[in-house]
Amino acid sequence: MADVTTTDLDHSQHAPHVHVTPMWIYLAVFFALAVGTVLTVAASRYDLGMWNTPIALFIATVKAVLVILYFMHVIHSTRLTWVVVIASFLWLGVLFVLTFADYLTRAWNIY
Amino acid sequence: MSDITLGGNTPLPDVEEHHEHHHPFLQHHFEDLGQQHEASTLGMWMFLSTEILFFGGILAAYWVYRVLYPEAWAIGAAQQIWWLGAINTIVLIISSLTMALAVRNAQLGRRMGTVYMLIATLFFGSVFLGVKAYEYTKHWQEGLFPGASFHWMEKPDQAPHVQLFMTFYWCLTGMHALHMVIGAGLLLWFIWRAWKGHFGPEYYGPVEIMGLYWHFVDIVWIFLFPFLYLIHEAHHG
Repeated sequence: MADVTTTDLDHSQHAPHVHVTPMWIYLAVFFALAVGTVLTVAASRYDLGMWNTPIALFIATVKAVLVILYFMHVIHSTRLTWVVVIASFLWLGVLFVLTFADYLTRAWNIY
Repeated sequence: MSDITLGGNTPLPDVEEHHEHHHPFLQHHFEDLGQQHEASTLGMWMFLSTEILFFGGILAAYWVYRVLYPEAWAIGAAQQIWWLGAINTIVLIISSLTMALAVRNAQLGRRMGTVYMLIATLFFGSVFLGVKAYEYTKHWQEGLFPGASFHWMEKPDQAPHVQLFMTFYWCLTGMHALHMVIGAGLLLWFIWRAWKGHFGPEYYGPVEIMGLYWHFVDIVWIFLFPFLYLIHEAHHG
């Protein structure tokens, strides 16, 4: 940990460490997000049985990860930022898992 | 600090010396702009993690009831005009692209480029809100606002649960739209600041933070769109 801190400080002796993302990456991410939107709509047109929801969730998750990594620059962020980002989603996971572990397993409800 | 030279002119007070040799937007409690930038990025992500849990809480409740009432959820989603939601998704993605390019222009020291990209972001954000306002008006007229005014009766046996779906719809899209309105207000301020030339390669942090907020709101919509507009009829439910 001490090493990491030292490195981060060295990076930022004067101005912030500017990492300018090349234009093509922004355009490629935008294109991927647009394609993802079209795919989401297209997939919802077909009856894929139990797979409709997981597919919609999967596409949305991929889109969100692209936005977080490239538009929000997490891919070039400090490790501390990574920790906070990952921890956020871990807590979100706890929120979902514990809620569903209760409500979705109540045998007295008829699903 | 020790290598400050004043060129032999009238000695200036300490405060003046300080300002002459430091970036005007470097807060005195930070070592340098790099540290300030990292601290603000970290702080913004801390805030966003509370935002993730805020929307996550409403979505968890949404899913519990979606599993309970799959038919009503499919009917509720069918009340939406899916292509308006799709257009709004694309509009918001475009606004995220222009926001990202505003940050890039700030990093490269392109003053007017930053201003134009922020204006474009504000424009597309406003288009989104305009479409949303049209949808809200339509839902209201169709009696799809929950409470005493709810009078959607196409399938009376499903109506109470469809009303529940619409409650989630209004809460989720309403909170999302509120975030958009706040974002639009912030953008106005940032356009002014960018025009004044506050940002550049040394100091683009605030634009970056503005971007984090805007992209987060975009991500929320990326999930809301399929959740509220595109629920396939639950044949197996």
